[in-house]
Amino acid sequence: MATLELTAEEEGMLSGRDGDGVALAMRVVVGQARILDAPRLVEITSAHVDSCLYHGQVSLDFAHRLVELGARTRVPTTLNVGSTDLVHPQLVRDQQLARAGRELMEAYVDLGCTPTFTCAPYQLPNRPRLGEHIAWAESNAIVFANSVLGARTDRYGDFLDVCAAITGRAPYAGLQTPQARRGTVVFDCRALGEFTELTYPLLGHHIGSVVGVDIPVLVGIPSAVSEDSLKALGAAAASAGGVALFHVVGVTPEAPTDLAGLPVRIVEDLQDVRRELSAPGSQLDAVSIGTPHASYDECVRLAQLLDGPPLKLPFYLSTSRATRDRLGDTLAVLERAGVTVVVDTCTYVTAILQPTWKRVMTNSAKWAHYAPGNIDVDAILGSLTECVASARAGQVVLDA
Amino acid sequence: MIGRTLHPGTATGRPIRLTTPLSFWGGTDADGRIVDTHHPQCGASLTGRILLMESGRGSSSASSVLAEQIRARTAPAAIVLARPDPIIPLGALVAAELYGLYLPVVVAPYDDIPDGTVLKVDAKPDRAIITW
Repeated sequence: MATLELTAEEEGMLSGRDGDGVALAMRVVVGQARILDAPRLVEITSAHVDSCLYHGQVSLDFAHRLVELGARTRVPTTLNVGSTDLVHPQLVRDQQLARAGRELMEAYVDLGCTPTFTCAPYQLPNRPRLGEHIAWAESNAIVFANSVLGARTDRYGDFLDVCAAITGRAPYAGLQTPQARRGTVVFDCRALGEFTELTYPLLGHHIGSVVGVDIPVLVGIPSAVSEDSLKALGAAAASAGGVALFHVVGVTPEAPTDLAGLPVRIVEDLQDVRRELSAPGSQLDAVSIGTPHASYDECVRLAQLLDGPPLKLPFYLSTSRATRDRLGDTLAVLERAGVTVVVDTCTYVTAILQPTWKRVMTNSAKWAHYAPGNIDVDAILGSLTECVASARAGQVVLDA
Repeated sequence: MIGRTLHPGTATGRPIRLTTPLSFWGGTDADGRIVDTHHPQCGASLTGRILLMESGRGSSSASSVLAEQIRARTAPAAIVLARPDPIIPLGALVAAELYGLYLPVVVAPYDDIPDGTVLKVDAKPDRAIITW
């Protein structure tokens, strides 16, 4: 086991030189570094905090302890979704949870975090660049930062994220180190033929389900693949498995050019994955998209698809408050068409959908994976076009 | 059996061996029951059991969910993993900081642990000992 070496600055933080809040945060970072066998800590340039989502009294106890002890973030720090929509508070049915959620979100702002409340911080300006050391939590944010941006974050859990923000340090271990970032298994996707929008979440779920601790290298992905498709792929892979980094040959910045010696898995068909993530039958109660948060481009595309006959079913769109603010006339188009825009939170982490709704369609493999356990609905996975067509028809309509 | 301590503590209980990894967030509820419908052992209760599991999986929020279960006394009595996982012991670490409650998290060759008998986990900072 490596011995953890701390700098004089870090020893000072640990011993309480900068206050008890910094010392507590440093104990958590150092504890994590020891678990990970890190030889040292690394300075980070930004943090993304997942801990602002309420998971019970412990969430408030931890944040309040840090506030009481005078802790403040020392690097730019964004916040993940919380347990309520602060812009549309009437959307959340469980007012007790909403109150606790609001209290927690405010505590993190008091610690110096920016109130972004989005699971897609990579859609905000000033995103980290290739090679930057960061401490991001939330599994889809982690996999996107590592894979698509080439920034370096390990898979951090709640609590460590804010402690890294307060100390400006993370353990130098795991995906912070170059040797841990090498691809270890090739997924040859050339036999899949034409890639549709739905191919990406299905492929992500498939890879996450089989990859174990490996780092996948994808071959045969169209070079013009959009960031939104990579987002869908990564989010699905991170929730179906523990994928925190993938490489796409010809697309992502750290993808290897020499694949010799790596084991190869051929991906031929993803129909089984779609069946696994979708309940059978045509009855449908609602549609919910935007997990992770819909990008500006996705919101615009949805608005275009909604130009036509009216929707028969409730339609929810989760996005960030920043993206909503950018939408301008598009927001009006969406709302006129009957879309309920949800910000600051997500429809599968808080009580927004009606409890009588038992079958909900989504374009997100991550939502389809978690919603049955989280909010007790059967999910049906479809493309954005299929989601709109189904909401119009009042029942599940699939292209193929 | 000797293991590596990821978080110290002592516990005694009956083992429950998971056949695939589990994320506490989305995978367990506040009462310590497995609610992940994709998990083969969905419905099983982990409260007070010595949880034998290859590793954690998925969400970063698993550390919060575990810490809350420790606070609410619905957590497993101890967790034995086949390989180190950073997110699970983080929940144990924070519960110890806030509440002084210690849930041992250990890495050990858990395939060799028998299923049908009470286990004792004694995890000290330098090493963990599992007996039955």
